[in-house]
Amino acid sequence: MEEYLDIIRQYDVLGAFWVNIQLAFWAAVLSLIMGSVLALFRISPIGSLQWAGTTYVTILRNTPLTIIMVFMVLGAWGQLELTLATDFNLNFFWLAVVGLSIYHAAFVCEAIRSGVNTVPVGQAEAARSIGLSFLPSARLVILPQAFRGAIAPLGNVLIALIKNTTVAAAASVATETSSVMRTMIEFRPDYIYAIFFTFAIGYVILVTPVGLLSTSFSRRLAVSR
Amino acid sequence: MDHSGTAPADDQQPPADDSHLGAPLVELSGVDKYFGDLHVLQDIELTVRRGEVLVVIGPSGSGKSTLCRAINRLETIDGGEIRIDGQPLPAEGRQLARLRADVGMVFQAFNLFAHKTVLDNVTLGPRKVRGLSKSDAEEEAFKLLDRVGVKNQAAKFPAQLSGGQQQRVAIARSLAMHPKVMLFDEPTSALDPEMINEVLDVMEQLAKEGMTMIVVTHEMGFARKAADRVVFMADGQIVEEATPEEFFHHPRSDRAKDFLSKILTH
Ligand SMILES: Nc1ncnc2c1ncn2[C@@H]1O[C@H](COP(=O)(O)OP(=O)(O)OP(=O)(O)O)[C@@H](O)[C@H]1O
Ligand SMILES: [Mg+2]
Repeated sequence: MEEYLDIIRQYDVLGAFWVNIQLAFWAAVLSLIMGSVLALFRISPIGSLQWAGTTYVTILRNTPLTIIMVFMVLGAWGQLELTLATDFNLNFFWLAVVGLSIYHAAFVCEAIRSGVNTVPVGQAEAARSIGLSFLPSARLVILPQAFRGAIAPLGNVLIALIKNTTVAAAASVATETSSVMRTMIEFRPDYIYAIFFTFAIGYVILVTPVGLLSTSFSRRLAVSR
Repeated sequence: MDHSGTAPADDQQPPADDSHLGAPLVELSGVDKYFGDLHVLQDIELTVRRGEVLVVIGPSGSGKSTLCRAINRLETIDGGEIRIDGQPLPAEGRQLARLRADVGMVFQAFNLFAHKTVLDNVTLGPRKVRGLSKSDAEEEAFKLLDRVGVKNQAAKFPAQLSGGQQQRVAIARSLAMHPKVMLFDEPTSALDPEMINEVLDVMEQLAKEGMTMIVVTHEMGFARKAADRVVFMADGQIVEEATPEEFFHHPRSDRAKDFLSKILTH
């Protein structure tokens, strides 16, 4: 037991989780913004915007995340010289955040759209009939109700996102959990099971509250009609 | 109208007194609308004058809702022209939004904003479309809610109100925009019988105050008391136009006679 705790401290397992939490946080914020804009595109009355939204979602939703992450590092940074931070490691961190956001924005968009489907069409008609044009009626009437109807699916996207932050390893973020676990197993194969369960349970602890909270919020905030 | 010698005497009613009516406010000319192959509005000619109360009546599927929705441009039309206060309906965008603000609409299903309180339902348009301050908008909203008799419900959410109360809030929400004309699409047909009159009373009051109204309804009591004119629609056409007395007592067309005999038996 003593030795196990030493190993955990030596390899800074908590720090590794903290990296993934930060990745998840920033990617959640960014993908929520991007996904909302995409959802607006898809419900807008303008054909070209609808097309852009649909195309984005179709492509990004069906592209493996690892491909996107490798592209961020070898393509966006390596070839196109996209630099998001002067610090070398911080740059990889932000490239990973952007890669995660690009990918999950497609799922956020679909979650919000499923929320939009819970809003009766009469709400939009009433908004239009008092003279609100598309953007104000989306912002003031449709989206506030859609978000409340989308809390459960958005929670599922967040859970997937938290777990997917480990793919940041493919974007050379070496301090995140799966990379740290690999190093630990390499050097302490005698503790292989303990190490595996440490990470597995760590994620269970991280993810379970998200599921519980999103279920309870989606009940409590549901719009009564 | 055909006043040739063979017309029965009771077809020649004295013209209704329309001295209280103003200039044309809503003008439809040659309006056509299709849903796929279905010709829902067929060459509609209709003029509603300022201060006039028009009741639209007709069997299910005859195009009454579509007519209302076309006037508010919730449905596009495939031919003809609709003018509000002399201006043709713009196609989309800001101009259309502005014009819609001048045309109030009351829906069968109320359609109050479910996530907003009664007060916020009424102040949303004045604040976001007309640019009123919160306090000015609320002051007027309270007056309007008082006028329709639901002032004490201002802090509640729509789902906490009865249908009749919700519909009266919806009327207040429309009035808050100071519309030039109000459209009502079967405003009482989703209501329990005991709540119908509280809504009709508010509408009669509005009519008395000179509001221009287009009302789709089968409430004959309302038509008799408040309407200047009744339009009977069937199969996407205006079949008959008359004063309420004329229409209910001496319908001319067979379609109207048939329809009235059905709704009068219950
Ligand atoms: N969005 C739509 N798509 C296709 N057909 C439609 C649509 N809306 C209405 N219709 C059809 O158009 C016709 C006219 O409909 P409308 O709702 O205007 O009739 P209505 O006179 O209001 O009938 P009701 O008394 O039942 O409300 C009906 O046959 C209806 O089925
Ligand atoms: Mg109808």
